[in-house]
Amino acid sequence: MKHVLKPSQYAILATIMLSASIGDSFLKRGMDQVGAVNLHHLGLLWHALFNPYIDIGIVLLVGFFATYTTALSWADLTFVMPATAFGYVVIALMGRYWLHEQLSLSRWMGILLIVCAVGFVAGGPSRTEHSELDQMDAGAGR
Amino acid sequence: MTPAPGVHVWSAILFVTALAVMGEVMIASGMRQLGDLDDIRESRGLGGAIAAVLTNARFLAGALCMALNFFSMLFTLSIADLSLAGPAIAALTYVGNAVAAKFFLRERVDRRRWLATVCMVVGVILLVR
Repeated sequence: MKHVLKPSQYAILATIMLSASIGDSFLKRGMDQVGAVNLHHLGLLWHALFNPYIDIGIVLLVGFFATYTTALSWADLTFVMPATAFGYVVIALMGRYWLHEQLSLSRWMGILLIVCAVGFVAGGPSRTEHSELDQMDAGAGR
Repeated sequence: MTPAPGVHVWSAILFVTALAVMGEVMIASGMRQLGDLDDIRESRGLGGAIAAVLTNARFLAGALCMALNFFSMLFTLSIADLSLAGPAIAALTYVGNAVAAKFFLRERVDRRRWLATVCMVVGVILLVR
């Protein structure tokens, strides 16, 4: 049976694609401002919590984990995986168009392959049905 | 010239990968056990949905694996170059997840999903190397 995703479920997959990569970018920007942390300056990690970029990054990563967990409640792990891989594409495109970095041909090929991976999986069912075992699991889990 | 990574580096990379795969598979198994969170939220509210997740043993075991994965990743980055460890761990985790999903979660990993996994592995290596 082919599952048709609801618009809210597409929104969750889009959030997975965007939140981790944008969150990592905010953490990177914040840590650049905080400075290098080593064993002799572990107190900097406490100061890092008061940096707005770090705070936004943490919120986005918590959001990523919440949406990722939600997606796994109605989709297969192998269906959700390409959405997490797409985060690498978002980082590369942010580097190209926001930070004006140059992307080599091999990186454009990498972007193309990950986009293909998303396309392959998106065209198939989102979840494998094995209803009897699911019912047993649900009975044990609630 | 950078020396070739030794056995201890690859052991650390494999250990991090194994924890990531175990964590993701346990979390996926726990969420499948719970069922659609949207339905739970409708019947028991947001607090009920959060409580259902946080009291699920498989989810908690998976979260513990992911926490251990985080710290072992920090250790690995202290002995290996990010340019090696990053793509190697990401690529091995995608393959490990696909294999574990087929055998432990009994997902139907058909030709389309294997092809997607190969594309992700090669794509990530090309992007981050």
